[in-house]
Amino acid sequence: MPFNLHSIMLDREKCRGCTNCIKKCPTEAIRVRNSKARIIDQRCIDCGECIRTCPYHAKYAVTNSLDDIQKYEYKVALPAPSFYAQFETDDINKLLQALLEIGFDDIFEVAKAAEIVTEFTKQFILQRRDKIPIISSACPAVVRLIQTKFPDLIDNILPLASPMELAAYLAKKKINKQKGIEINKIGAFFISPCAAKMTYVKLPLGFERSYVDGVIAIKDIYGLVRSKLRSIKDVKPLSISSGKGIGWAASGGESLALGIDEYVNVDGIHNVIKVLEEIENGRLNNIVYFEGLACSGGCVGGPLTIENPYVAKNRIKKWSSKLATSSQVLEETTNQIINSLGIKMEDLLFKKELEVNPVLELDSDIEEAMKKYERVNEILKILPGLDCGACGSPTCKTLAEDIVRGLANDTDCIFILRENIKELAKKMVELSNKIPPSLERDED
Amino acid sequence: MPLTMEFDIKAGDFVLAGEASSKIKDTLKKLGVKPEILKKVAIVSYEAEMNIVIHSVGGVLKAIISKDKIEIIAEDRGPGIENIELAMMEGYSTAPEEIRNLGFGAGMGLPNMKKYSDYFEIESQKGSGTRVYMVVLNK
Repeated sequence: MPFNLHSIMLDREKCRGCTNCIKKCPTEAIRVRNSKARIIDQRCIDCGECIRTCPYHAKYAVTNSLDDIQKYEYKVALPAPSFYAQFETDDINKLLQALLEIGFDDIFEVAKAAEIVTEFTKQFILQRRDKIPIISSACPAVVRLIQTKFPDLIDNILPLASPMELAAYLAKKKINKQKGIEINKIGAFFISPCAAKMTYVKLPLGFERSYVDGVIAIKDIYGLVRSKLRSIKDVKPLSISSGKGIGWAASGGESLALGIDEYVNVDGIHNVIKVLEEIENGRLNNIVYFEGLACSGGCVGGPLTIENPYVAKNRIKKWSSKLATSSQVLEETTNQIINSLGIKMEDLLFKKELEVNPVLELDSDIEEAMKKYERVNEILKILPGLDCGACGSPTCKTLAEDIVRGLANDTDCIFILRENIKELAKKMVELSNKIPPSLERDED
Repeated sequence: MPLTMEFDIKAGDFVLAGEASSKIKDTLKKLGVKPEILKKVAIVSYEAEMNIVIHSVGGVLKAIISKDKIEIIAEDRGPGIENIELAMMEGYSTAPEEIRNLGFGAGMGLPNMKKYSDYFEIESQKGSGTRVYMVVLNK
């Protein structure tokens, strides 16, 4: 993946070269070199673990600024369901009104798009019962994780547009139809809890191009929205989402909306990895749907949010049950949108296959790879197995692989270096005791 | 030169169960084995490992990885299978209640091993051990 496509970046000034981030990275994508962390772009899946782990806040996600929306004639905000959980308010419409007041012309709720995705996911499940469990594609970090670490599960990924992608598509289609504004003059901006969505926009999964034009971090507009919220008096009915769509913000919400019993929902990237391993082993064959979210708690735990994820999760729960009573009316709007814009499942289907990211392979030639693998094992035998991280690689095993790949030396290991120095010192003592034959020596 | 991996599998140890097949899987990923081959090996090696854990007194799981094929050999030290034909039937299981409560013992182990391997061979004798030899072709 080209360098400039990644969202997660390092602030070199702040990085102290400690080894906290390399230990937490699920794809072993970070090394410490010259006292600074270095992200290996091809390996990074933008899960945000390093942002959360870094004690010096040296990792950050590059997102768009609010000024970027000015490039477009008509600006539409696509608030993530988790956006609703960031503020204490008695009315969701106020939150959407605040978005209009900070400069947007229009809103399309990603929660509503989520409800539409749910409808088509149900259809898809009925057609494809043979390939279960079907794995949700809503979390781009999990999709990239599968491409990198679980290539044999790529086929199980739900090949449908994510709610964010669909929201942008629907918003543009609707605005174009109702207001006659050309598509390329409409700027659709995702109000995001998530760093991986930024990467997605630049390098979409399953599509050549994204309909989303930019991603604005919730944390960047949090203060502004909060200040606007206080002054909002007359509230217009802007929200058309039901509790089902809003529920997507927290782990399990997507599955719940599907209304099936045979699902598993997992949050936190390391937990997701464990369950994907079980799926690989064929252990979850009775499960129809797998919802895996990289962040703890789900999107409410995203690295670009402000509110404590547990508080946020509780708010989502409250909104979900509060809006459940009105859900019938709101569900009708789902069908209205589907019908009036003529949306079919084919419109949501991936247009581009998801590829394997072969970055963990030791070599593209299997025989070469086997030789390298043997060498990794030989090197591993002489490494101390402490996984101390002082060499800059997360584990002894990764160091061994880095050595075989030609990216590190065995003396990067301080224990091997110490051994070598000890040997050298011994040799020096030995040599210092040697006297040229021309000189007199003590005979016994 | 084929690459050989060998693991001692303890009977009844559900904490460690699955680790051997996990390591085999990880190795194949490092070797860049194709997803569809990986999938087959993942299932057959896991099932073979679990069979040793659940049904035997302990044994060995072995993987021999070469360019064109992956061989998985599961060998245990007993007690052996009384009726292999019956054991090969889908849904037939001799797993005790407490194992079934853990979600294992659905009687799909051996049938799945056969289904997902390109070559399958089982030898067993009541009183001695069981040896399963499987090949997944790498093409």
